Amino acid sequence: MKYLDEFSDPELARKLVDQIHAVTTRPWAMMEVCGGQTHSIIRHGIDQLLPAGVEMIHGPGCPVCVTPLEIIDKALAIAARPGVIFCSFGDMLRVPGSSRDLFAVKSAGGDVRVVYSPLDALKIARENPDRQVVFFGIGFETTAPANAMTVYQARRFGVANFSLLVSHVLVPPAIAAIMESPRCRVQAFLAAGHVCSVMGTAEYPPLAEKYGVPIVVTGFEPLDILEGIRQTVVQLESGRHELQNAYPRAVRAEGNLAAMAMLRDVFEVTDRTWRGIGMIPRSGWRLSERYRDFDAELRFDVADLHTEESALCRSGEVLQGLLKPNECAAFGKQCTPRNPLGATMVSSEGACAAYYAYRRLDLVQIS
Amino acid sequence: MCLAVPGRVLSISEVDGTLMAQVDFGGIRKDVCLEYVPDVASGEYVIVHVGFAIQRLDEASAIETLANFERLGILDQEFGDQTGAER
Amino acid sequence: MTDLDFENWTCPVPLRDTPTVVMGHGGGGAMSGELVEHLFLPGFGAAGATTDLGDCAVLPAGGGRIAFSTDSYVVKPMFFPGGSIGDLAVNGTVNDLAMGGATPLYLSAAFILQEGTALADIARIAEAMGAAARAAGVRLVTGDTKVVDNGSGDGVYITTSGIGLVADGVDIGPRRAVAGDTVLISGDIGVHGVAVMSCREGLEFGTAVSSDTAPLHGLVAAMLATGADVHVLRDPTRGGVAASLNEIARSSGIGVDLVERDLPIPPGVADACSLLGLDPLQVANEGKLLAFVPAEQAGEVLAAMRAHPYGAGARRIGTCVSEHPGMVVARTALGGTRVVTMPIGEQLPRIC
Repeated sequence: MKYLDEFSDPELARKLVDQIHAVTTRPWAMMEVCGGQTHSIIRHGIDQLLPAGVEMIHGPGCPVCVTPLEIIDKALAIAARPGVIFCSFGDMLRVPGSSRDLFAVKSAGGDVRVVYSPLDALKIARENPDRQVVFFGIGFETTAPANAMTVYQARRFGVANFSLLVSHVLVPPAIAAIMESPRCRVQAFLAAGHVCSVMGTAEYPPLAEKYGVPIVVTGFEPLDILEGIRQTVVQLESGRHELQNAYPRAVRAEGNLAAMAMLRDVFEVTDRTWRGIGMIPRSGWRLSERYRDFDAELRFDVADLHTEESALCRSGEVLQGLLKPNECAAFGKQCTPRNPLGATMVSSEGACAAYYAYRRLDLVQIS
Repeated sequence: MCLAVPGRVLSISEVDGTLMAQVDFGGIRKDVCLEYVPDVASGEYVIVHVGFAIQRLDEASAIETLANFERLGILDQEFGDQTGAER
Repeated sequence: MTDLDFENWTCPVPLRDTPTVVMGHGGGGAMSGELVEHLFLPGFGAAGATTDLGDCAVLPAGGGRIAFSTDSYVVKPMFFPGGSIGDLAVNGTVNDLAMGGATPLYLSAAFILQEGTALADIARIAEAMGAAARAAGVRLVTGDTKVVDNGSGDGVYITTSGIGLVADGVDIGPRRAVAGDTVLISGDIGVHGVAVMSCREGLEFGTAVSSDTAPLHGLVAAMLATGADVHVLRDPTRGGVAASLNEIARSSGIGVDLVERDLPIPPGVADACSLLGLDPLQVANEGKLLAFVPAEQAGEVLAAMRAHPYGAGARRIGTCVSEHPGMVVARTALGGTRVVTMPIGEQLPRIC
């Protein structure tokens, strides 16, 4: 694919790796916020190529991992209702709620469908006027515009049988929460490239300043990640803490104005509980007053749900970068991708799943 | 979080009053909503996430970034390692 | 840091988490395997299979050996670029026999038709099966038809069983791989899965990728004619190359090392996988096979494959090693390593 494959070039990767080694004189710990970046790092073995002291701490940038348990349980309750067609991105189907997942609901007769885009769910709603069609609207700021447009269209075309179960989370408040944590070891951030494609970069300089951390907007292909790391190390080595954009082909400082206008209309900021972490104030979006009648949480009576997280699961500490997956007692034993206790093991972006899947084989030498 | 890929806009049309495009991803074709990048023209590239173009891809910037990667290390080789760091 | 136990990654009581069948049980990955190992085989008891399950069973009969295999086809949509459920039903079972080194002879075909399915569609499927059988040189000699209530829309489920003959001296099975063996693939991977996904509701996309369904016993015969001691053959269908290599690694007690840049992934497959967030190694194949052969014979087997129409794109993709038994490890293009895991259940597109 053009403008994608070139950014995996192994020769250029080698140059970037050499540069990182050349400029590193001390140990540094940086966090990549985005789950897609975690996936890419571990899948390509990028962390293995870095200088010994440069550590990647995996952040909570996996919307699947951090979707509150309560919302998952509400999704499961709604999906199990007769007459409901429950549409979702593929990632969410195996996330465990308090006692089961969407696959189990499907198995019990629920009409659960995977779609690529929320507009597909709207199409299903128009084709099935006698059924209630609900779309599970999770994601960071990247996905919010798609969900917003879908609800906007639903209103515009009077698709009354459509509703959205919203659980959007925001990156900048998460960065602040991580830096406020007393055990925080993070010295710099690789900001999520596609979040910034939408939101621009304006929210980050104040964070860089307040916490004294370099923040480098980074893409997802191997060269993008290596360049993001390189720029970060250069800043750390020279004692700077600024915002830099290492993904200029897809990110402009002002972001996408049309998308941001729609987001302001359709959503409003709310407090949000991040699974495994806790409540981060003003870190989520919910439907605004104007669109509240499309809110699935209100349309279906799912207010009283008892939620209980596994006592063994330490996803929260993993999500905050305080624990490496293989340091958790349950990792690989009670908790595996096959039987996940927490969301970090379910999502392909979750740090635990990434470690489990691509687990380091320092013993193996492939010639 | 954000699996988004670059694609080339092939054709643009209005469907139900919504700006849509047929986008080509190296041979894969998909219909994409263009409402958020309305001024993009046929032949240009957009970044697509879950069926929506979320930003135009700046081709000049992409080419420059790759050129920068190619040039990396050349100055060091000519003038020696500036930071004095051990490899 | 806790000690990582590479032997025991999965839960010791694998079925406890779901009391009912879920879609993942049919995905060709770990869940499907567990259903067989922990439910069916124990249920069959002494009357069940006693040896490692490969693609087909090779059994003594009348002084020689016959190969016997069965498979069910439930693909939706029934018609996709490059073929139909009919083609898969014939070629799939022909290939299961071929993977045991057998010459396929006869097939049975049992149909479960959903009430309301268009007869014209069934006729198309039947014609496809006839054409595929003729091309493969096998005959459809017996069968059955049942109709079930109109459940989830129209559909046809086909089960084909096949028998073939295995020549003396041929000993091919998932336990025979040894450290040092070369792993070969007969051509491009991920093709069939992408072709089918491209017309699945909710995911549709336009593509030139067309299913690679094909009968492979001719290719296998050409490989065996070299006189090489082929250890293992496997057609990597559901679960892709990843599932097949993991199963063989586990059965034989060896590790497999792959080199990512040697994997033949055509651009159409790579792009579709990038778009949907899938791993090409986990995407289904149809007219392709994996072969494990002694290193010193790999060259001649490869030449024989490349001379055959269904093996033109054949390549060396990896090596068997004594390290990390039961695990498949890939060297990435960047020089790092990653483990190629056994897919768990259904392959799902992702947004993250």
